[in-house]
Amino acid sequence: MITRKDLTHIGWLSRLELSEKDIEKYTPKLNSVLDYFTELDDVDTEGVPPTYHVLPLSNVFREDEVSAQGGSLTQEEALSNAPKTQDGFFKAPRMM
Amino acid sequence: MYDNPDGVMIGLEVHVQLNKLKTKVFCGCVTDYHNDPPNSHVCPVCLGLPGSMPVINKKAVEAAIKIGLALNCKVEEHTQFYRKNYYYPDLPKGFQITQYDFPISSGGYVMIEGEDGELRVGITRAHMEEDPGRLVHEGTIDKSKYTLIDYNRSGMALIEIVSDPDMRSPKEARRYLDKLRNIVGYLDVFDGNLEGAMRVDANISIMGGQRAEIKNISSFKGAERALLFEIVRQKNVLRRGGVVVQETRHFDEAREITLSMRTKEEAHDYRYFPEPDLVPLKISGWAPAIKETLPELPDARRMRFVEQYGIKDDHAKALTSELKLAIFYEDVAKKADPKTAAVWVCDVLKGELNYRDLTVEAFKKEHMLSVLELLAGRKITEDGAVDIIRTLLDKGGSPEEIIKEKGLVIVAGDIVETAALEAIVENPQAAADYQAGKVKALNSLVGVVMKKTKGGADARKVREVLIAILSDGFYPPIEREKIEKTIIKIGDVMVEVSKPIANLLKKMGYV
Amino acid sequence: MWASINELKEKIHAGSSEEVVAEYLERIGRSKLNAFISTSGESAISRAKEIDANDIEGPLAGIPVAIKDNISTRCIQTTCASNILKGYVPPYDAHVIERLKKAGAVIIGKTNMDEFAMGTSTETSFYGATKNPWDMERVPGGSSGGSAAAVAGGEAPIALGSDTGGSVRCPASFCGVVGLKPTYGVISRYGLIAYANSLEQIGPFATSVRDVTTLFDVVAGYDPRDSTSVDKEVNYSSSLENNVKGLRIGVPEEYFGEGTDEKVEKAVRDSINTLEELGAKTTTVKMPHTKYALAAYYIIAMSEASSNLARFDGMRYGLRTEDSDWHTTFSQVRASGFGDEVKRRILLGTYALSAGYHDKYYLKALKVRTLIKQDFERAFKDVDVLITPTMPYPAFKLGEKIDDPISLYLADVDTVPINLAGVPSISVPCGFSGGLPIGLQIIGKHFDEATILRAAYTFEENTDFHTKRPEGM
Ligand SMILES: [Mg+2]
Ligand SMILES: [Zn+2]
Repeated sequence: MITRKDLTHIGWLSRLELSEKDIEKYTPKLNSVLDYFTELDDVDTEGVPPTYHVLPLSNVFREDEVSAQGGSLTQEEALSNAPKTQDGFFKAPRMM
Repeated sequence: MYDNPDGVMIGLEVHVQLNKLKTKVFCGCVTDYHNDPPNSHVCPVCLGLPGSMPVINKKAVEAAIKIGLALNCKVEEHTQFYRKNYYYPDLPKGFQITQYDFPISSGGYVMIEGEDGELRVGITRAHMEEDPGRLVHEGTIDKSKYTLIDYNRSGMALIEIVSDPDMRSPKEARRYLDKLRNIVGYLDVFDGNLEGAMRVDANISIMGGQRAEIKNISSFKGAERALLFEIVRQKNVLRRGGVVVQETRHFDEAREITLSMRTKEEAHDYRYFPEPDLVPLKISGWAPAIKETLPELPDARRMRFVEQYGIKDDHAKALTSELKLAIFYEDVAKKADPKTAAVWVCDVLKGELNYRDLTVEAFKKEHMLSVLELLAGRKITEDGAVDIIRTLLDKGGSPEEIIKEKGLVIVAGDIVETAALEAIVENPQAAADYQAGKVKALNSLVGVVMKKTKGGADARKVREVLIAILSDGFYPPIEREKIEKTIIKIGDVMVEVSKPIANLLKKMGYV
Repeated sequence: MWASINELKEKIHAGSSEEVVAEYLERIGRSKLNAFISTSGESAISRAKEIDANDIEGPLAGIPVAIKDNISTRCIQTTCASNILKGYVPPYDAHVIERLKKAGAVIIGKTNMDEFAMGTSTETSFYGATKNPWDMERVPGGSSGGSAAAVAGGEAPIALGSDTGGSVRCPASFCGVVGLKPTYGVISRYGLIAYANSLEQIGPFATSVRDVTTLFDVVAGYDPRDSTSVDKEVNYSSSLENNVKGLRIGVPEEYFGEGTDEKVEKAVRDSINTLEELGAKTTTVKMPHTKYALAAYYIIAMSEASSNLARFDGMRYGLRTEDSDWHTTFSQVRASGFGDEVKRRILLGTYALSAGYHDKYYLKALKVRTLIKQDFERAFKDVDVLITPTMPYPAFKLGEKIDDPISLYLADVDTVPINLAGVPSISVPCGFSGGLPIGLQIIGKHFDEATILRAAYTFEENTDFHTKRPEGM
């Protein structure tokens, strides 16, 4: 069961500002989903390895070469979608 | 035995940037961004644009294995990348691709000079990860009204070397850092002279308190200062009856203090899970093959230098502190007297380089060989040699040109002798003062002789000649008992000299 | 107004691509389906003109194509149907877009979808719900509802979607078109804005298996920028065959369980009979872990999503609210930029990965995933394809399920196991229930798209469900 306190913490970890109203609204819905997830408790997975990747791929590399295709963006392109910039930098809020 | 009265325990996390690779760790952007405008070496991948995907740079994996081996670690046969989920403005994806379970190498050690002899510092792990961007604050981090972000650094390959908490003083921490830079520098994977090449997070606790993690230390001197500050701070907290809490602190380089970074909620929960866009690495067989290619490492080279070239251990240590310097020395030592070469490379050249913030690449081996040859043939004085080295570093040119220009060729003995006699004759009071026991009076005579020989004389030699003439009363210093002394009058001053000198002076028309 | 690629090629040959493209744009312009978030009118026309003028050749020369709005298109806004990406114009093309451009295709617009592909109904879009061309009061399915509705409504001859847990097949089924979810790794995901990386694939839509195959051939293939991309070029168009003789069909009874609409079940069983009559052999197979697929799928998808969506913080692109300290700003940007369903999934995913719960949810789900994958491996030892309903029921009403996440999630019961196993699967029209289309799902082995395409093509050649069109378009 997710408590309101859990949800506040999860909201913080997710950087989602949750109002009292949101918490009120989300808590039962999230719990109904989590409750549904407990179905998995019935499955015996003793000794079963997890499947992180569905295909048995390994050792996929790129050579240490500067890419032409799909390579670097110009500064202008890099900043083109930024809501705020200054002197070629992205401009973020203050730290503290 | 060092008894560590405050129970200091220091563990370091050192981030080594693989800046000698051509490209970043997960994209094809160049690593050579240090002098370029912000955000001019970025692509969808290192900017974390939606839809972009990482691909592992093979060379970075090889470099990581090299480093692991050089730190005596066990290199894994199976390794994998994870996402470390946390927010920070320098992190373009809201997570960092790093390693967690199955780091590429772990369980190594580094030997350093500890407070009480050799100290073995354990290496918990050395794993691969990506560098975040660079944040620029106007003024200080706690006062700046906004934060500027440059992602040129984002996605640079990093090796994070995590030590065990084995260091007991800031000095040991500093030595560990120097040693680490020394070792990694041998592997041709990073250039320690570039800004941000090695960055340190320090964990420190003292007896009776929890540990603090100090972030954002960008120099080794900074690390030492930050740790010194922390020990004092933590001791003060405890002395006042307070509690040292576990927290992250930020090192303010300018003020040399650490600041609490505590926010409304400190607890991190990184929610590590395997990066689904990267497949596992199966690298059994890589480590043995790479081991073959490893260069001779600093400690081994230092021992060999002592044995092979018969030089002092101090010199060997200093010479092997940097790969390029060791190679430079060894090349020179093969063609000159190794011991003299050690003195000149280590004591003179290295000092002059450090003073100028230069690396040994700024000085040509052939020039060092010429200087050593000129010294051996007594063609130049030691002072002249130092002058040549300095001039080469400051203005360039060749030793021969500098000698010619500055007239640094050693002045023949008889010229020095004549000049010494002239100096005495012209300054009889100084000569008499010296003979009367005013040792300092000799300096002015030396100065006169140096002036007369236009600096071409060896100052030590000049002193020798003057002392011989004035103290013993004779020159050259042979068969001193047999030679009769006589008192002559130069001007109004009486000076005691040997008969041959008196004759000489008479012949020269001085007396 | 519904035309195949070949018909359009003839039209272009006789007239011009410009005319064809203009006609589609005009139709989109007066549409009430809300299938598109943005159209690329001017650039599409100028590209069409360029193709006409230079006689540019290629398998899709001059053919209009619609793209789901989570696939990055250089110079065309790409929003993922979210407020947080409103106005975001990618400075690069996804791999599939590069391939389409090379093949001569003309991108006419970006289609509507559930926000960040999180949904089964295309109702969670910030830009409003898309409507089902067969019934304007019903959902088109999701999350690629815009692409499916555009094809079904004659607003695009072909379209791309993405399928994380059924997001191509579900709307294909609800809208009565053909949709393919290829084997994981066959189409590069580079440029696809990730929802759940380990599960999803881009997939083609069309009104016929042939056109789906043509589009698939164009966009599939190796891409070194996607580490999970498989080094394998595909070319199935030339080998499409009307023949299922000896084809071994497996029917997993678990897919006809409780909650499956009777008419859906009948249509699917009739379709299996049709294939049997054409020479295929049917056996029943057991896939005992099927019922756990849904929970496992949602845990994995939400976990990956919680991390994938962390990058949306308003610094480099997208929505920015008023600045205060960065923690607060990030939290406010995300709170105002994401819709409720996205927030719910981020919160649940964060929870499933968090300290103390990681093993119970995330790790457990991945172990169950292994068992589901093994179910498929076991089944495919004895059969060539598996046939099931695509969706347990036809399109439901707009608003019917939106407030009940569980019932919405349950709709994906027949599609998510396929993504967990990474196998290919196609949905083709196979009947109607109350005037609403029903989809037949044909599932194949890893990399055996050839067989499911052949089965689907044969079914299509011998039935006429795919020729039916909604009225009033
Ligand atoms: Mg790290
Ligand atoms: Zn890059």
